[in-house]
Amino acid sequence: MMNKRFRPALLAGACIAAMAFAAPAFAGKTLDAVKQRGTVKCGVTNGVAGFSAPDTQGNWSGLDVDTCRAIAAAVLGDGKKVDFVPLNSQQRFSALQAGEIDILARNTTWTLTRDASLGFNFTTITYYDGQGFLVPKKLKVTSARQLKNATICTQSGTTNEKNVSDYFRAQGIPVKTVVFESFEASFKAFFSGRCQAFTTDASALAGLRNKEATNPDDYIILPELISKEPLAPLVRRGDDEWFAIAKWVPNALIEAEEFGITQANADELKASSKDPAQQRLLGSGEDLGKLLGLDKDWSFRAIKAVGNYGEIFERNVGPKSVLKLPRGSNNLWSKGGLIYAPPVR
Amino acid sequence: MNDRASRRGVWLAWAVQALLVLAVVAGAVWVVHHALEVLRARGVRSGFDFLTEPTGFSISEGWLDFDASQPFWRAFLAGLINTVRAAVPAAIFSVVLGTLIGIGRLAPHVLLRGICTAYVELVRNVPLLVQLLMLAFAMANLLPDPTEPVRLLPGVWLSKGGLSVPWPMMGEGGLHFELPERGDFGVSGGAALSPEYVTIVAGLSLYSAAFVAEIVRAGILSVPQGQVLAGQALGLSPVQQLRIVVLPQALRVIVPSLTNQILSLTKNSSLAVAVGYPELVSVANTTIGTNGRAFECIAIIMAVYLLLSLVISLGMNRYNARVALRGWR
Repeated sequence: MMNKRFRPALLAGACIAAMAFAAPAFAGKTLDAVKQRGTVKCGVTNGVAGFSAPDTQGNWSGLDVDTCRAIAAAVLGDGKKVDFVPLNSQQRFSALQAGEIDILARNTTWTLTRDASLGFNFTTITYYDGQGFLVPKKLKVTSARQLKNATICTQSGTTNEKNVSDYFRAQGIPVKTVVFESFEASFKAFFSGRCQAFTTDASALAGLRNKEATNPDDYIILPELISKEPLAPLVRRGDDEWFAIAKWVPNALIEAEEFGITQANADELKASSKDPAQQRLLGSGEDLGKLLGLDKDWSFRAIKAVGNYGEIFERNVGPKSVLKLPRGSNNLWSKGGLIYAPPVR
Repeated sequence: MNDRASRRGVWLAWAVQALLVLAVVAGAVWVVHHALEVLRARGVRSGFDFLTEPTGFSISEGWLDFDASQPFWRAFLAGLINTVRAAVPAAIFSVVLGTLIGIGRLAPHVLLRGICTAYVELVRNVPLLVQLLMLAFAMANLLPDPTEPVRLLPGVWLSKGGLSVPWPMMGEGGLHFELPERGDFGVSGGAALSPEYVTIVAGLSLYSAAFVAEIVRAGILSVPQGQVLAGQALGLSPVQQLRIVVLPQALRVIVPSLTNQILSLTKNSSLAVAVGYPELVSVANTTIGTNGRAFECIAIIMAVYLLLSLVISLGMNRYNARVALRGWR
């Protein structure tokens, strides 16, 4: 009798207790968690060619993917020990905040709002992008300023949507934007003729034109770049050790390019190089890994896994890839570009 | 003795209930407090203060004029109005179409009955999102390019840019009709129904109509055959039988289920985000992308849908009270 009467109360108590323990608790040190798990959880796109996209066998490739592989190689000794978590542009920030992923490498623009109010730290800029427009040639439009009263397709939840609004407001040109939840729906709508223009980061425009258009020659990319889109991987705040690793692995890959270390010559140079800068990167000189909580060979393994920054660029987005993008701003600072890493020493 | 025992039982039951309520409230408060604390500790800004700041993004269509310099709360309001703008016509179309199909399923004519049955089974068993994407795909591929619109009637143009019709405008010299005209990038002027709007209204109407048809059919079948025979015996015509005998009784069965159907239609309108129509969820998604206040935006979506659903239930319950049997509430 007594038991029956109290059963609801007991049940409710059990429920509340379960909720209490299920409520988000602080994740332990990310590095420890990663080592224990044996994989790095890396948030990526559902498929943006050149940055993060799975092939038919489910193997991921791209510039952002290689950043994660390099970190896995540095931390776990194997570039393949990465769990890729595909996220859409609305999910990405919550997933990182909630601790579902260790790092978000999902062509994400570094902005003040995201840096200062979402609880994130942006690491090294791995690609300098800008927002551009794709239009059909038959409209005979040669500049974005001629898009008065045009309908422009784009994806919701991106900086692109806001930039396009800012740009045309500043110019005093009325346009209409149609936004879609998924990237795919937005460019499909454009190629089917729903909109007169499509806008996204310029790096993606070339790939889309080559891959998705029935006849790529029917479309042109307008000369204007209307925004700065520095793309960088980001991590949660509150774990400075992990932040340092996520920042210095890409830095090491940039420096590897500066000092002429490649995936192919890394072994040979490790044995033969007398240059202290090369030795630091190859683990044959001063041990900098221990300062990051890693071993001496951390950057050597990262270079062996994915190559230096230049090689990553060439393979994924450069002239030999489907995107065929020029190095441009993404060349090394010493060669007229913006890619610059603080010294690994 | 027995009396005292039962009185103690009542007291105990009250105490347990009070404790339960207290525990639930305390639990809820603790969970929210804990979540906020975790967010703060992780450096995540939270709160609804962003609602008064300018959005910086625009909304492509709607009844409420909105531009990028206006605050977020107004964007949410525009989104809500767009939700209503899609849900109300869809509810009306689906009830009308559904009633016709429901009656059609009971028609003596074999072909008509077959078509109605096939429609219901086909539409009911394919997910709504798939139907919406199919509709959007069809509209995007079958209609002519916006720069080459077809003229259906003088001043009525149809293309991938949407359907443009003349619209009364107040201008100098009083009321006049503004005719849509062909421009460089398509038709401008007049009133334009965007393809996204047409897709979501048509998609919701066609989908819900199948469910409404089943509700109507069940309602009509719930009226005993004897009632119809009695009406015939009184010399009522078939229309009179339906209007005076069958419908008033069928409505008692139909209205409560119809309420559910309209509620689910309203909530389903959130799928419009997939086809590019800027309703509430679409505005919230954009907001999350802009400032990352996911917690707050989801809370707003939940509150608004809850409110919308309660208003619909209230209205439908009022109507139900009118058609229900007296004393059978």
